[in-house]
Amino acid sequence: MAAISIRNVIKRYGHGPKANQVIHGVDAEIADGEFIVIVGPSGCGKSTLLRMVAGLEEISGGQIAIAGRVVNDIEPSERDIAMVFQNYALYPHMSVFENMAYGLKIAKVPLAEIKQRVDKAAKILELGTFLQRKPRELSGGQRQRVAMGRAIVRQPEVFLFDEPLSNLDAKLRAQTRLEIQKLHNELGVTSLFVTHDQVEAMTLAQRMIVMNAGRAEQIGAPLEVYARPATTFVAGFIGSPPMNLIPRDGRLLGIRPEHLEPCSASEAMITIDVDLIEPLGADIIVYGHIGDKESARVAARLAADATAVAGKLAVRYAPQNVHWFDPATGKRIEG
Amino acid sequence: MVERRATLGILAHAVMIFGMLIVAFPLYLAFVASTHTSQEIVQAPMPMLPGGHFWENYIAALTGHGGGAGSNAPVGRMMWVSLVTALVIAFGKIAVSLLSAFALVYFRFPFRGLFFWAIFVTLMLPVEVRILPTYKVVSDLGMLNSYAGLTIPLIASATATFLFRQFFLTVPEELVEAARMDGAGPMRFFWDILLPLSKTSIAALFVIQFIYGWNQYLWPLLATTSEDMYPVVVGIKRMIAGGDSGNEWNIVMATAIMAMLPPAFVVIFMQRWFVKGLVDTEK
Repeated sequence: MAAISIRNVIKRYGHGPKANQVIHGVDAEIADGEFIVIVGPSGCGKSTLLRMVAGLEEISGGQIAIAGRVVNDIEPSERDIAMVFQNYALYPHMSVFENMAYGLKIAKVPLAEIKQRVDKAAKILELGTFLQRKPRELSGGQRQRVAMGRAIVRQPEVFLFDEPLSNLDAKLRAQTRLEIQKLHNELGVTSLFVTHDQVEAMTLAQRMIVMNAGRAEQIGAPLEVYARPATTFVAGFIGSPPMNLIPRDGRLLGIRPEHLEPCSASEAMITIDVDLIEPLGADIIVYGHIGDKESARVAARLAADATAVAGKLAVRYAPQNVHWFDPATGKRIEG
Repeated sequence: MVERRATLGILAHAVMIFGMLIVAFPLYLAFVASTHTSQEIVQAPMPMLPGGHFWENYIAALTGHGGGAGSNAPVGRMMWVSLVTALVIAFGKIAVSLLSAFALVYFRFPFRGLFFWAIFVTLMLPVEVRILPTYKVVSDLGMLNSYAGLTIPLIASATATFLFRQFFLTVPEELVEAARMDGAGPMRFFWDILLPLSKTSIAALFVIQFIYGWNQYLWPLLATTSEDMYPVVVGIKRMIAGGDSGNEWNIVMATAIMAMLPPAFVVIFMQRWFVKGLVDTEK
């Protein structure tokens, strides 16, 4: 187990004036044993950042240190890390056992120990009966577990996950999420997990790094990020439906859909012109715009027993639930 | 087919049977000729049924005891030369092309694109075009009448390099990265992962290149002058003396039949590998 320091890390492709910079100086300190999720839309540089930690991408600027050792020029296999790939990247011609054992075999670990380690990992992941099968004979979920097993047997200081759940169906994804959580509790290995799925980020992370366009917009515990988004991007990215951003007095007023409650017309703080209603069973989400301003779309989460109809809906909110943002910089305005 | 009609089916079969007869008849004729004495063959209506001299002719051919006007070199030796040549060419081509394709796909070195196109351009230059300079080089190196002379000039293969390159490009990038994470160096990756994945391509190329090597005619004709280095395909030619001289056609035909067998065996044997490779796609 080890801490990871990411210090002003920059990634650019190409050289000179034509260089295309995709990561613009990310800083993050990850504590020993922490589970960190890097979340962001596609193209935000989250996978690139992970691959720089893995050593699969060169670091153009800044430093990455694992367990206090700067790894910028160290081969991936010598960084004491293990990675789970999005498409699992299992060797198709090797059995599950050989797949898990391959790294250890190269590291010249004695055969008896390889066997013992693979058996142990297989037991944790319930892969015991599949050890002699080839990857193509396994289901998606089983392949995913083999990919994790391959990471576990190496007993690394750090686990790196590159969207490992994106090829699974919704049910299996929820289940695997739990398994990953359980695994982290058992092994306590520092983990970096990349995803574009905010539900994964919210449920798995001890802390999350929200990335946008090559920058870390906010780093913090999921509920803290949800409760106090640092920028309008984070406000819009975390939460479904996203936080409403309404221009008001030269600033942006942010309010979560669940913090809007219907009220009589006389108490109305906002009047929504409802044009779309999504009953979800547990609650109802209504969408609309604010009468005079066509541009500001607003969503409100209503109780399941509320009557939602198209047309005017008067809502109010408690002042403590309001966030303010600077429309020019997108930054949160405190106070 | 859109419709299934009896008349169409019959017609299709008739065409196919006719086509097969056209292909098979000369082979049958060669076989029949190889079972008669040389006098029986040259009689006006040539016998259409196998005769009783099968073993006699084949043993004569294999040991080189025919009494014809042309060369009487033992076919056993020629078959051996052909086998060695074809195997060295097939394995050599596969080894060289695998390695060069590996370099082209997985390594970044200066002028990589130039090298690729240089290899690609040689696709347009068959052996026949460069045969004189090649002969000069091989003879200056003293490689005439040797296995090296028969095989080395034919080993470089742009086709196979190109084929392996295309295959390597389909191997997922993540597999390369996983191997890097596992600590496999480039050659380790090549041996442990790339080579097993290329099994089917290798099998297919082996068949093609073995037959190519076995059927080489023009180059061995130039590069060998001594009887004990004739491949069988050249041997057949040397058995036939020109003009009206009395050729032992039964022995020539027996040799031709024997020359046809190894490629046929390779195809039949490797076919199972083809099918196996097609059934379990390992990617």
